[in-house]
Amino acid sequence: MRSGGIDIGSRYIKYVVLEDTDLSEVYKLETGYDPLGTCRDLIGTTKPDRLLATGYGRHLLQAHHDVETVTEIRAVARGARACFPSCRTIIDIGGQDTKVVQLAENGVVAHFEMNDRCAAGTGRFLEVMAKTLGFPLEQFGDRCLGNGGGMTISSLCTVFAESEVISLIARGAKREAIATAIHQSIANRVVSLAKRVGVKEEVVFAGGCARNRCLQRIFQEKLQQPIRISDNPDILSAYGAALMAKASTSDPSPS
Amino acid sequence: MSEKYMEMWRSLGLNLEAHQGLLAVLSDAYQGIYLSQKNRPEGMKYFDFVISEVHGLRIVELVEEKKKGKQIFGTFCLYVPEELILAVDGVSIGLCAGADVGTEEAEKYLPRNTCALIKAFMGFKLAGLCPYVESSDLIIGETTCDGKKKAYEILNEITGKVYVMEMPHMKSDEGKRLWMSEVKNLAAKLTEVSGKEITLEKLTEAVAVVWEKRRALQRLSALRASDPAPISGLDALLINQVSFYDDPIRFTRMLNALCDELDERVKNGVGVAPKGTPRILISGSPMAIPNWKLHAIIEGSGAMVVGEESCVGERNFKSQLDPHFTSIKQGLESIAERYLTINCACFTPNEGRLDDIRDMAARLHAHGVIHYALQFCTPYMVEAYKVKQRLEEKEVPYLRIETDYSMEDMGQLKTRVEAFIEVMKDGMKK
Repeated sequence: MRSGGIDIGSRYIKYVVLEDTDLSEVYKLETGYDPLGTCRDLIGTTKPDRLLATGYGRHLLQAHHDVETVTEIRAVARGARACFPSCRTIIDIGGQDTKVVQLAENGVVAHFEMNDRCAAGTGRFLEVMAKTLGFPLEQFGDRCLGNGGGMTISSLCTVFAESEVISLIARGAKREAIATAIHQSIANRVVSLAKRVGVKEEVVFAGGCARNRCLQRIFQEKLQQPIRISDNPDILSAYGAALMAKASTSDPSPS
Repeated sequence: MSEKYMEMWRSLGLNLEAHQGLLAVLSDAYQGIYLSQKNRPEGMKYFDFVISEVHGLRIVELVEEKKKGKQIFGTFCLYVPEELILAVDGVSIGLCAGADVGTEEAEKYLPRNTCALIKAFMGFKLAGLCPYVESSDLIIGETTCDGKKKAYEILNEITGKVYVMEMPHMKSDEGKRLWMSEVKNLAAKLTEVSGKEITLEKLTEAVAVVWEKRRALQRLSALRASDPAPISGLDALLINQVSFYDDPIRFTRMLNALCDELDERVKNGVGVAPKGTPRILISGSPMAIPNWKLHAIIEGSGAMVVGEESCVGERNFKSQLDPHFTSIKQGLESIAERYLTINCACFTPNEGRLDDIRDMAARLHAHGVIHYALQFCTPYMVEAYKVKQRLEEKEVPYLRIETDYSMEDMGQLKTRVEAFIEVMKDGMKK
């Protein structure tokens, strides 16, 4: 039996197909201006027997194809727990949302928090900043140098933070050092969100930003514990949704 | 609402074009959010009608009342005693403050980071969109939060008809004394504006009217404890919003008729959603008409709102005042005493509110509580911490939301609310 989990995010659509219990196919495509068309293509080529949609665009599929939905909070909990069975805390930095989820011992969601409405502390923020400094996004975390040299990016707003960065450049600051300051700014925001929820071992870092080594390092330092990252951190929600589709119930507790 | 009110709106000085636009938006929203609901009680037809005539027939009534020599008193807060207004034959109206209108105008006077409710009451006035504020002879403000307090100074500069009651912020003996004298001062002010003395007979009559209104609202609240819920949270919220501007005697009669119908529903196990639907208690900042945003998200996500620990909700009717007074002095004391039982976040400490939330969650069989704060509404935003603590003791699931009247965060709020409902359902399986 083929079970699909599709995560329609603000920047990317992630899609996972399980062949019985094995991960069979993984897709990651830009969401763009026609997410429904992209989803239809993916479903058309893979023909899953069961499908569950998650992510901010989940209701699009529900409205047009009567696909069941689950929130990305529950989906990422299921996915993270499948990869790391003793996971109790998830930090998930997506394109427009940052989520921190705390799990009960049995794996169900106990508490969660999301960032406020703006893009500060999200993947989109990193993307804008990488572009401003002229770094490719994939290398952004590796290009950070030093400890930021006392520079801070204090603005809550992506637009204003960008102008802070521009004025730092104009003052002649090294872009590698500015990059560190940017990562620290985003990490501070996420850590305060995490502390509000309560951090319990073990911590899993999910979402595309989990590939960023500078963020990984800052989180480990600030939370004073190792951070678990799966080989494919951006598909954890889609994977969780596929597992739930397979179980054909939205119960996320490991069976 | 049709052409027939144009002349009236023009004579009130409304901005006719913008006002037509507002009514069209309101009508569309009402259609989409309210009239699309299933299994609504028959008795809601009255409230649908009242909403459809919110700026029409009700204003005609106010114009008629004014012709008879009555005054209109606009208010923004539960702490302004309605009994005193009725005792001078006045009409009490809770003023418009629940929509994102006139924001640009309001921001000429107010900082951007002012709560949506304050921006809205300034915006409604400045953009010429509220026939109630234009009809008011006196606007009675109060020093609850800093934002309102300072905005009233500006509103008075613009309208010249704002009177402010000084609210104590502690329920100490000194606070009680201050409040007692403020109640007396308001009584004197009302007499001055209306030219009518408050007599024992008038006061007794006024107290009885408000007492009956609160009793009907309590009845509605009690009925919502049933599973399946006999009425949606959206409809109950609407009734609470309407309670601030409808004629109190007619409102009470129509609400009691609706409650009779709901009694039957409860007896027969009829509800607006299946038995076992997740039930949510809302607590926090007021939801002034037409702010239906959070209820619409929750009930659109498969859960039911069963109560509002809010000024537009339980705080408005939870406590009754002792109607057995034998002198005006005693009557005023009863009023002062009763109003100080309202647990507003502008008080410190405010443990009573935490108890109220806990008790309501238990009485209404809520599976979770959503704390709702308007952005920049500091008293409620800060008190959210205490609420969380109190609910964690009882292991009641809790979600904190801060938002305003705009629609830009609908997607994110929907995700939060849906995830919260998933968490509640896990709890229900236990």
